[in-house]
Amino acid sequence: MSDIWSLYNEKLMEHFKNPRNVGEMENPDGMGRVGNPVCGDIMELYIKVNDGTIVDAKFKTFGCAAAIATSSMVTEMVKGKSIEEALKISNKAVVEALDGLPPAKVHCSVMAEDALKAAIEDYLEHQKLKRQI
Amino acid sequence: MRSIYLDHAATTPTRSEVVKSMLPYFTDAFGNPSSIHSYGQEAKGAVEEARTKVAELIGARSEEIVFTSGGTEADNFALKGVAYANEHKGNHVITTTIEHHAVLEVCKFLGRRDFKITRLPVDKYGLVDPDDVRKAITDKTILISVMHANNEVGTIEPVEEIGRIARAAGVYFHSDAVQTVGHIPVNVDKLKVDLLSISAHKLYGPKGAGALYVRKGTKLVSLMHGGEQEKRRRAGTENVPAIVGLGKAVELAGQEIGKEAERLAYLRDKLIEGLGEKIDHTRLNGHPTRRLPNNVNVSIDFVEGESLLLNLDLEGICASTGSACSSASPEPSHVLLALGLPTEQAHGSLRFTLGRENTEADVERVLGVLPGIVARLRAMSPLLKTQK
Repeated sequence: MSDIWSLYNEKLMEHFKNPRNVGEMENPDGMGRVGNPVCGDIMELYIKVNDGTIVDAKFKTFGCAAAIATSSMVTEMVKGKSIEEALKISNKAVVEALDGLPPAKVHCSVMAEDALKAAIEDYLEHQKLKRQI
Repeated sequence: MRSIYLDHAATTPTRSEVVKSMLPYFTDAFGNPSSIHSYGQEAKGAVEEARTKVAELIGARSEEIVFTSGGTEADNFALKGVAYANEHKGNHVITTTIEHHAVLEVCKFLGRRDFKITRLPVDKYGLVDPDDVRKAITDKTILISVMHANNEVGTIEPVEEIGRIARAAGVYFHSDAVQTVGHIPVNVDKLKVDLLSISAHKLYGPKGAGALYVRKGTKLVSLMHGGEQEKRRRAGTENVPAIVGLGKAVELAGQEIGKEAERLAYLRDKLIEGLGEKIDHTRLNGHPTRRLPNNVNVSIDFVEGESLLLNLDLEGICASTGSACSSASPEPSHVLLALGLPTEQAHGSLRFTLGRENTEADVERVLGVLPGIVARLRAMSPLLKTQK
């Protein structure tokens, strides 16, 4: 065992205990899935987009407390943002919003960023297809 | 809320009787056992009394007990000590894939030098096949090291049979018995071991004390050189209070061993049964019957161990997991992987190890709290959907 979670701060623990935006989304405009169960981390992120603005976000995550808290935080951060603004959300911004992560858990924030990017790419891909039709 | 400690395989609380027995040796009886005056004699007497108690519990002679700083040093001493003292006879060491890191890392160290290491696999219950040991022995084999019981999954190994094989082949046999001494009967002659590791803090003694049983005539070199303590086998002024504490802990364990094991086995089985009934998609890791009386290790599908553990901790329940997320290494428990568990199941493992202060109410509390935690995490898990 380790001292890793003694390093989890209050804000992170609060998001772990009461994660925001948990669940799947009916007919999302974009969905990103990153990680794999072999590594012990999987994150799925769904977004709803209206007039170029992300109006809703949800997630499902298999992983540690940091993975759950970063999922919760990134879905909170993205709501109300334009696609351009959302693409600028970095893993560092997620870490800062959570008042920091233990070094061994920074990869969780990278996963949150990757899941968001994947969801936006999925959305943009659909838009392109729609325009082609 | 009283917290419920269910991690006794990690460490145990030092019993108050043990603490009491240690206290005089910090202050009034602070002497150095190597000193000739009365302070020295008093300390020396206390160390020797503890040695006799340890020897008695495992059916050894007191001169066969060497005190160490704990289980890790005992394992290092046994493996490096025998390897380097018997280089002229051979360079082959046999061990298993499920040993504690205190054995595995020493083997890795030896393997990077002039020694050849064979790591034997285990079956799905974590059992080593004695026949595999027999087949692995060559004319270069100098040492076999197989743990008495596994610290993670609780499987009790067929050490007696392996001991017989080792003896017939004239190969030294070491067993890491850190999880068994004081918990289930251990007798060095019955097990036919030449070396056996003991740790005080796993049996309600203090941290910083342990012992290595070394059968008379076993050739091994010292790790620590310096003064003539421990018959020149382990230099350094003895940690007298901790050694006295180990002696007291061993004495108390010897008095209670059968009854306590029975009580714990009842609680263990109640917990195993309850978890199986209340939470679907769970399975027991380790052997169903050849198992430490206090060990429960289960894999809970679709959820990750650290999240389980932290949620339990928030409810005042302290357990342990084989998930990588709780450690610095990216791989989940080497033991669970050696049993053949898929990595995602290893990530979802929980270990409860019961102890003296636990009661039936504690088991009921776990069974009351855990299903809700699992349900909440599963509702969050993308894996469950994939399975549908």
